[in-house]
Amino acid sequence: MSIATQVSRRSFLIGSASAIGGLSLGFHVPFAGAAAPAKSAAEVNAWVVIQPDDQVIIRIARSEMGQGTLTGLAQLVAEELECDWSKVTTEYPTPGQNLARDRVWGNFSTGGSRGIRESHDYVRKGGATAREMLIAAAAAEWKVPASECVAANSVITHQKSNRKVTFGKVATAAAKLTPPKDVTLKDPKQWKIAGKPLPRLDTADKLTGKQIYGTDLKLPGMLNATVRACPYFGGKLKSFDAAAVTKMPGVRKVMQIDDTTVAIVADTWWQAKTAMDALPIVWDEGPNTGVSSESIAEMLKGGLDAKDAFVQTTVGDAPAALAGAKKTISAVYAFPYQNHATMEPMNATARYTPQKCEVWVPTQNGEASLAAAAEAAGLPVQQCEVYKLHLGGGFGRRGNFQDYVRQSVLIAKQMPGTPIKMIWTREEDMLHGAYHPTTQCKLTASLDDAGNVTAMHMRISGQSILAAVRPEGMQGGKDPAVFQGLNLTGDEGHIGYTIPNLLIDHAMRNPPVPPGFWRGVNLNQNAFYLESFIEELAHAAGVDPLVFRRKLLKNHPKHLATLETVAKGIGWDTPAPKGVGRGLAQIMGFGSYVAAAAEVSVEAGQLKIHRIVAATDAGHVVNPAQVERQVEGSFVYGLSAALFGECTMQGGRMVEDNFHTYQVMRMAEMPKVETHIVPSGGFWGGVGEPTIAVAAPAVLNALFAATGKRIRTLPLKKHSLA
Amino acid sequence: MAKLNVNGTVRDIEVDPNTPLLWVLREQVGLTGSKYGCGVAQCGACTVHIDGNPVRSCVLPVSALSAEQQITTIEGLSSDGSHPLQQAWLKLDVPQCGYCQSGMIMAAAGLLKNNPKPTDADIDASITNICRCGTYNRVREAIKLAASGLPAKQST
Repeated sequence: MSIATQVSRRSFLIGSASAIGGLSLGFHVPFAGAAAPAKSAAEVNAWVVIQPDDQVIIRIARSEMGQGTLTGLAQLVAEELECDWSKVTTEYPTPGQNLARDRVWGNFSTGGSRGIRESHDYVRKGGATAREMLIAAAAAEWKVPASECVAANSVITHQKSNRKVTFGKVATAAAKLTPPKDVTLKDPKQWKIAGKPLPRLDTADKLTGKQIYGTDLKLPGMLNATVRACPYFGGKLKSFDAAAVTKMPGVRKVMQIDDTTVAIVADTWWQAKTAMDALPIVWDEGPNTGVSSESIAEMLKGGLDAKDAFVQTTVGDAPAALAGAKKTISAVYAFPYQNHATMEPMNATARYTPQKCEVWVPTQNGEASLAAAAEAAGLPVQQCEVYKLHLGGGFGRRGNFQDYVRQSVLIAKQMPGTPIKMIWTREEDMLHGAYHPTTQCKLTASLDDAGNVTAMHMRISGQSILAAVRPEGMQGGKDPAVFQGLNLTGDEGHIGYTIPNLLIDHAMRNPPVPPGFWRGVNLNQNAFYLESFIEELAHAAGVDPLVFRRKLLKNHPKHLATLETVAKGIGWDTPAPKGVGRGLAQIMGFGSYVAAAAEVSVEAGQLKIHRIVAATDAGHVVNPAQVERQVEGSFVYGLSAALFGECTMQGGRMVEDNFHTYQVMRMAEMPKVETHIVPSGGFWGGVGEPTIAVAAPAVLNALFAATGKRIRTLPLKKHSLA
Repeated sequence: MAKLNVNGTVRDIEVDPNTPLLWVLREQVGLTGSKYGCGVAQCGACTVHIDGNPVRSCVLPVSALSAEQQITTIEGLSSDGSHPLQQAWLKLDVPQCGYCQSGMIMAAAGLLKNNPKPTDADIDASITNICRCGTYNRVREAIKLAASGLPAKQST
């Protein structure tokens, strides 16, 4: 969406929405160069707006952050609408409008790879309903039965008379009709727009610098701000010497906004940041200065054999079977803290008056932003509004956590009437993350003489995300999300291996570090633990890792099918080149089945990843080109963590504060990725996250094959490969 | 006060000379295509050209520049998105979130200017920008496509 089109759509919304229901939508997006509002456009229903020139505007409730959901969701609506895809544009309804219209657009939350898998049904019905209304309007005008008319490519045809009319001509009449109660959705086999590898709708402006992200917003009279919050977890702001910086160029106001945070507002952001660097601040370091990565590791280690554990997955009697086993194998693994490190640091722009609070923000959850804004403003939610802007990456940081929205409103509240754009420095972003939690895992298994796994106990020790951020999701003290990929049933990850005696439990150990949903969430470490250990068992049994898994996956053909796909793709049955090792991994999570195979070698003590083959079974595929991109990108995210990523606690705060210490994958480290999309149909899985989980185990299993070194603690950079 | 030639226009800009070029471009000149990602020349989201060579503008104070030096930003790479790299990027639908892509394209344009037919190793050495979405393989393909001659328009 260009700014001009965003503005015209938004301006239009004011016109159309007030026309249909007298809603109070008195918002104003004062971008420069606003196009004239298209007041004659008709809202056929909440999802579909059609202009007289046949331009179709599809409303998208979920946020686009690079994952392609904007294009995919539009394809689903357009498919049922039977519109001309070349005439489609999109727009975001606002969270305030959603509330005012009884949440007609459903959930705005964009996370958990749920954008399409959670809303495919109702967005398709939105498209189908609009199509039926358009057909009914044309039929009424022609005075023929609607059943004699069909829609295709934005044209309605009365088949008997061959009369034709475009959507744009009947949209206004259609908008006045009562929507049909039931519509029949197409069989995905009949799809013409959905299911196709269409180019994204949002590419062009990203190539010219035109795309506006949160940090790029400009509003008339806007000032700029930055914040510094106490970097010690649990600490507070003790004092600061505002007088030392108030006379610095451009500085308008130095303010404390809460117990932990000081903000500076200036004419430009660089002036605000320069003054912040010069501001003398004293922190109350709080109760956690004795906490370090080492102390946390000790705390988690204590959970590996502790009696207090929440049991999730049980088959047979694993403890008894292990106690009586002739041969057991045991290993301990660990996964460190990670930061989302979105390329665009956290930011939000707010304007507050005692009557109204408005926030412009790149957010994964507009409704959560609205709630945070209302709370910080101290205003009823009806007097607040949020305008969603394009995200420079999300990865889970911008959904549940709305700290930046709260801060921006608290700043704006101290300067009523002035819009203020607040941007975090990278350092602020790195030190105030919602970190991928740290866990350790002890796996113990027994093998019989024939090499069968007779029992396995998987004990996870470590941090719960839900306990900290979504306590309503806890089940009697247990965090069920910890077991992603390790459940016996369910979309959020059921384990593919059939083991006669299986126990998977969690000793919750919550260090004083704020945890969060980090792309891939708990599937990441669970797949690393399980898929590495399964290979350890295969080697202990003296069986080829693919053959070993085949036997264990025999009751779960979908898990096995993706594994077989990557094994074939990597050439598992042929010998690897000299010095090259191959590794496999598979897991199920976020509703999808995924697998990866890697080929690696070590040259001069450095890991070289030559090639990765990936497979994804997401059931139905809405845009294979975008799935491919998500799968490829998943290896960058997953391998950045596996190879380099670690946020180190020292003295109660994080050490890594920028990309020179929080290293991530770059071009030179990026392997070739061959993606196989193997949809088996009949279900809707997510694609943005699951593949991340197989990246580390596939590569590290390959490393073992190449070198005999088993990596059980991440990141790899802490281990010598020489 | 600084006198800068940005995308072919010389401007007098009222600004503290210690201000990094990135922030002058974004806040004084009003060109927000160049992005702030790290502020320490690590990520490359701020990459612009000075006399055709890619530089990381977040650590370059404007006092180091003169009006004789040509500053080119993503907005000035072409007037209409027609630069071969922009066309290759469009053809291969490279961006995901897109935040790093201005810097990626500018880094790639700098590479091709000095090395019209880069090898994979050349690309690895020159394109050290960070992309968290993981577009690297398509960035590589797009550079090669642009290097091979003007790509066709986005077709599918």
